[in-house]
Amino acid sequence: MADITLSRVTKFYGRTQVVHGVDLEIAHGEFIVILGPSGCGKSTLLRMIAGLEAINAGSISIAGRVVNDLEPRERGCAMVFQNYALYPHMTVGENIGYSLKVAGRPRAERVRRIEEVARIVGLDEFLDRRPGQLSGGQRQRVAMARAMIKEPQVFLFDEPLSNLDAKLRVQMRIEIRRLHQRLGGTSVFVTHDQIEAMTLADRLVVMNAGRIEQLGSPREIYRRPATLFVAGFIGSPAMNIMTAQVIGPGQAVLESGLLVGFDPALEVAAGMTVALGIRPEEVETGATGTTTIPIEFVEELGAGHLAHGSFEGGDFVVSLPSGVEAPRGGRLAIHLPPAAVHLFDPVSGRRIGVGGAPRQAPSPARAEA
Amino acid sequence: MVERTPILNIVTHLILLAGLVMLLLPLWIVFVASTHDFRTVNTVPMPLWPGRHLIENYLFTWQQSDFGPKMLNSLVMAMGVTIGKIVIAALSAYSIVYFRYRLRMVFFWLIFITLMLPLEVRIVPTYAVAANALRPYQEILNLLGLSLVLPEWSLLNSYAGLILPLIATATGTFLYRQFFLTVPEELAEAAKMDGSGPLRFFWDILLPLSKTNMAALATIMFVYSWNQYLWPLLVVTDPSYGTAVMQLQRIVPGPLFGEPPRWHIAMAGTLIVMLPPLLVVIFMQRWFVRGLISQDK
Repeated sequence: MADITLSRVTKFYGRTQVVHGVDLEIAHGEFIVILGPSGCGKSTLLRMIAGLEAINAGSISIAGRVVNDLEPRERGCAMVFQNYALYPHMTVGENIGYSLKVAGRPRAERVRRIEEVARIVGLDEFLDRRPGQLSGGQRQRVAMARAMIKEPQVFLFDEPLSNLDAKLRVQMRIEIRRLHQRLGGTSVFVTHDQIEAMTLADRLVVMNAGRIEQLGSPREIYRRPATLFVAGFIGSPAMNIMTAQVIGPGQAVLESGLLVGFDPALEVAAGMTVALGIRPEEVETGATGTTTIPIEFVEELGAGHLAHGSFEGGDFVVSLPSGVEAPRGGRLAIHLPPAAVHLFDPVSGRRIGVGGAPRQAPSPARAEA
Repeated sequence: MVERTPILNIVTHLILLAGLVMLLLPLWIVFVASTHDFRTVNTVPMPLWPGRHLIENYLFTWQQSDFGPKMLNSLVMAMGVTIGKIVIAALSAYSIVYFRYRLRMVFFWLIFITLMLPLEVRIVPTYAVAANALRPYQEILNLLGLSLVLPEWSLLNSYAGLILPLIATATGTFLYRQFFLTVPEELAEAAKMDGSGPLRFFWDILLPLSKTNMAALATIMFVYSWNQYLWPLLVVTDPSYGTAVMQLQRIVPGPLFGEPPRWHIAMAGTLIVMLPPLLVVIFMQRWFVRGLISQDK
């Protein structure tokens, strides 16, 4: 039984459709991350679950109850906003306890629960301060405490870490995950940062242009991107994509005439033009190289480096471990191992899969399109 | 702009000083006049240094003009108008900024247009309404052909008559609207998630945040309504509702009545009537300035 069910959820702003009939089932206790570029409708989707945006068509139910027409407070959700949205004139304690005060809980209970929650997020010494006197990370914690005190069934996070500096972001990310495990609620987290998405999610929803592109575990999405969009969006640096023509089972030829092998189990007809992708870290280099490419420059990452070159008339990135010496201004011998090659239909953008389902089962939203 | 030239510094200070003298000299003359006796104040030229009749003049003015009850009336009127204006302005701005309904902008512009219609312009119809506050409704009923007769409700010679017609305020609504527009939208959403309804949000979040605005508006409006002259003069005929500013007119000497020019008494009265708004400005000054300029928090 799903804890949150979205079915054919649609949203228009005026005449522009921003969410196209999204279906999504979220199980109780799951940590779902919605990832996508800006303007893909991910925040809108979250705000519709929260009840801050009306739904134009479809339905949303939480814990088996359709909430389309319920006020935000009746939905049992708590939300953490990107800019924290703390009440500037209230102390930290008043901020955290405001929902209890609105609910008319007795003072003693409020104080006890505020202290309890503040201890969990490590704010117990700051209860009398105002938000203006706190650092970014502390404000973020107040926002989380304010959500936690409601003991909601569902936590909604709207890019809560994007206003923090890099180090704090990593730290808060870990804390959010820890809190999720400790509190056992269902969490929906919206972000455009793929590292955040990959590390936090039980299941990841990749959205683009108001549709779900792919739904799956972070690993699955990384290993088997369902569409060209996901392939290009997940992974940093992005997957290298080239055009190729299939000449037989497990054999394709690039535009330059170079032969590339792929998994022969992939169901693709000979003669078909495909988009061929390979991740920068899966390109083999050195003695096994089957061809060489010119390298324009090398980015040093510390733990390794990225060689930017050109191949097949386009940019090509190779990720090299730190042990391998970076070729400077020279050429690099590369090899594309067949097991690491992904094929996509260049027209529909869908992944070409293995056996039975030549068109890798796309998201339900795609099926309708 | 920061300039570090000593000559420029001196020049700016001289200009400032000249302005200050221009502003303060008339006030000084008023004060000096109020400290002399009848004979001295009417000599030409009048002395520019204070005389010795200060306490005597002020006591006489206070008693003769019955300033005790008049000041109280003025205070009731000014406080009533100020509080009324703030309540109306905050509520109407809240409605215009936070609720999406049809004709929202129409209402805003209607309110805005009243900026161009100060009381003096609409004084005849306003007086007609004040004479019978239910008359507009009676007219509507008559137009609709309903033979319902509403009772008469006259606001003449009452505090309600002094206060109500002055309450509607485009300035205040506009000031509040501009402030509400600077409050981040997420705050309203966070309050919604916290289970707070619209009135609760208004009371718990918006009003405390607009404290400085409120102080600025209160200061301006207190001074404005304290200084009202024309309207009280029209609406009040019973001296027991007279205001201090109305009283001032009675002590200004006029050849019309063949009175002797008792400038010392008139000037003392002026300073007495000026005092309450002055005190309000001094006390509210800190908040007032913050409310008009700052957008912090």
